[in-house]
Amino acid sequence: MTEPVVPEQRRELHVVDVRSGSFHVHGSGDTSGFAGLRREVAMPGATSRPFGGWFDEAADALFERLHAADIDAVEYVVVDRGEMTMFVRREHLLAVGSILRDDERLRFEMCTGVSGVHYPHDAGKELHVVAHLLSLTHNRRMRVEVTCPDTDRHVPSLTSLWPSTNWHERETWDFFGIIFDGHPGLTRIMMPDDWPGHPQRKDYPLQGIDVEFKGATNAAPDTRRSYS
Amino acid sequence: MSTGYETTEGRVHTVIGGDWDSVRGAAEGEKERVVVNMGPQHPSTHGVLRMILELEGETVTEARGAIGYLHTGIEKTMEYRTWTQGVTLVTRMDYLTQFFNETAYCMSVERLLGIEDQIPERAKVIRVMMLELNRLNSHLVALGTGGMELGALTAMTNGFRDRELLLDLFEGITGLRMNNAYIRPGGVANDLPEGMERKIAETMTQLKRNLQDNANMLIDNPIWVRRNEGTGYLPLTACVALGITGPLLRATGLPWDLRKTQPYLDYETYEFDVPTETAADNYARFLIRVREMDESIKIVEQCLDRLRPGAVMVEDKRIAWPAQLQVGGDGQGNSLEHIRHIMGTSMEALIHHFKLVTEGFTVPVGQAYVPIESPKGEIGAHVVSDGGTKPYRVHFRDPSFNNLQAIPTLCEGGMVADVIASVASIDPVMGGVDR
Repeated sequence: MTEPVVPEQRRELHVVDVRSGSFHVHGSGDTSGFAGLRREVAMPGATSRPFGGWFDEAADALFERLHAADIDAVEYVVVDRGEMTMFVRREHLLAVGSILRDDERLRFEMCTGVSGVHYPHDAGKELHVVAHLLSLTHNRRMRVEVTCPDTDRHVPSLTSLWPSTNWHERETWDFFGIIFDGHPGLTRIMMPDDWPGHPQRKDYPLQGIDVEFKGATNAAPDTRRSYS
Repeated sequence: MSTGYETTEGRVHTVIGGDWDSVRGAAEGEKERVVVNMGPQHPSTHGVLRMILELEGETVTEARGAIGYLHTGIEKTMEYRTWTQGVTLVTRMDYLTQFFNETAYCMSVERLLGIEDQIPERAKVIRVMMLELNRLNSHLVALGTGGMELGALTAMTNGFRDRELLLDLFEGITGLRMNNAYIRPGGVANDLPEGMERKIAETMTQLKRNLQDNANMLIDNPIWVRRNEGTGYLPLTACVALGITGPLLRATGLPWDLRKTQPYLDYETYEFDVPTETAADNYARFLIRVREMDESIKIVEQCLDRLRPGAVMVEDKRIAWPAQLQVGGDGQGNSLEHIRHIMGTSMEALIHHFKLVTEGFTVPVGQAYVPIESPKGEIGAHVVSDGGTKPYRVHFRDPSFNNLQAIPTLCEGGMVADVIASVASIDPVMGGVDR
């Protein structure tokens, strides 16, 4: 049986993963039935209007400008737990960004940070880039999320709009391997220059190797039995 | 003896100290371009910050910051630990603002859990009090180490002396001086011990006097003023472009303090001012920190007035940590009463304790970002849950990480000695920057 675990009031769901079994144990001959458990991981999907509060006003302003420019840039909008997320198509990220920053009804002057999330089972959208915007003028916050497939890890850099994203994007490149096109100097920032791999990706192990001490072996944390 | 090698742009000499004379002759008549590596092991770079400075005489023509020397993979490790265990990890990020890290993380988790309005009143007041005590602690270290780096050693000894008073309070309340893991999803780990309110009040009285002395020592001190005034200029436009928050932003005259502009934990009900300056230089940031400490004491005193008996953890038994912690003679641990209950009288309580402590609670799918005002600026945790008992992804927006991007703007064109003052005024803590 498939039982999605999602918060209430979600109209659409965006399934990013399906988990089965319990305790991460498979093929043990367990007949208790737990091995048959199946659980969909669904992120909150598109929210329909009205969004409530100032969200509608801001969305109207953005969509009006995008419509005038004849760009279909926003995939969908999620309003969840009082936070607004715009899922923007990556090819139009800079167009959306410059409207969000410059339009007097929006005025998101500051980008407080960029980071990544890796959803290895979200086919074609394995890597997400998340930017948090802040409007000092209107005292509002908005999240902009862009996705890219793992096979083509390119996303336009926001540094030309918000110079503050410089180090944040370097960190996201370092940790997820997402290439920010147009970044003035996309180099590793946390890991050493010659480090292989991108550590925050889900396929990168936490420790990777078992530790042996005085004859006893301690399994690497990512291979241990786990609950979720 | 220096070593050197030929490049397409001429000979490059590597000088490691004390051997300047050996290259002086060699560089005669050639274009002199001196690149100095300051850090990552340098007493005035607040830990392991590395700066690459290009100098012309004593003027900095180019400055670049390099970080990552203290990267410990905390965010990755959190993905393999329960939501509650995450607190123990985030408290070690910026170790001078431990309660801010914990609160930012817990408030994001609470938003995901949908229990933001179920946090008991007493827990919220205790959180505000701990945050403001922590702000005092962080600013004292900022002024102390900043003073030491400019040669005012007494500022350092005084700052650390006063910080010790606060660490004593932390130890009395949480059992630990640093790395407290005190604020938990749903509330705080344990209630204030007997007599702690009086002790906090006494400490505040003493601190007021000490802070006044410290401020008097520096505010009109001609050396201090001349080192800081007019150096490290960072105007409002640069702050906005570079995402700079905290004292650096308020030193440009913008009263942007999330406690006022986007209040959380009922900050709107406390009476305090947001100090601002307009000079946007190192001295302005120093003044702001001094005055913010006075405001923090005001808030702590209001907290003491507001403390009423009550729970310090949400009622929901599926989330609330089952054990009350207690500070005993041998440190912090589960309260004896609780041990007696689960080991002696209730099997169900034991099962409940075991499940919640080993497996943890699940958090509904989604993402949240709840920023708060740390002593250094906006700190927030972008927390993503996949509905499991462990975070799917936690990313900390650390103010020091972001603010260090201002190094070139602050330092280029100034004297090399002003680099020290400017970096001190950013007040970075590399534990938070590198995570």
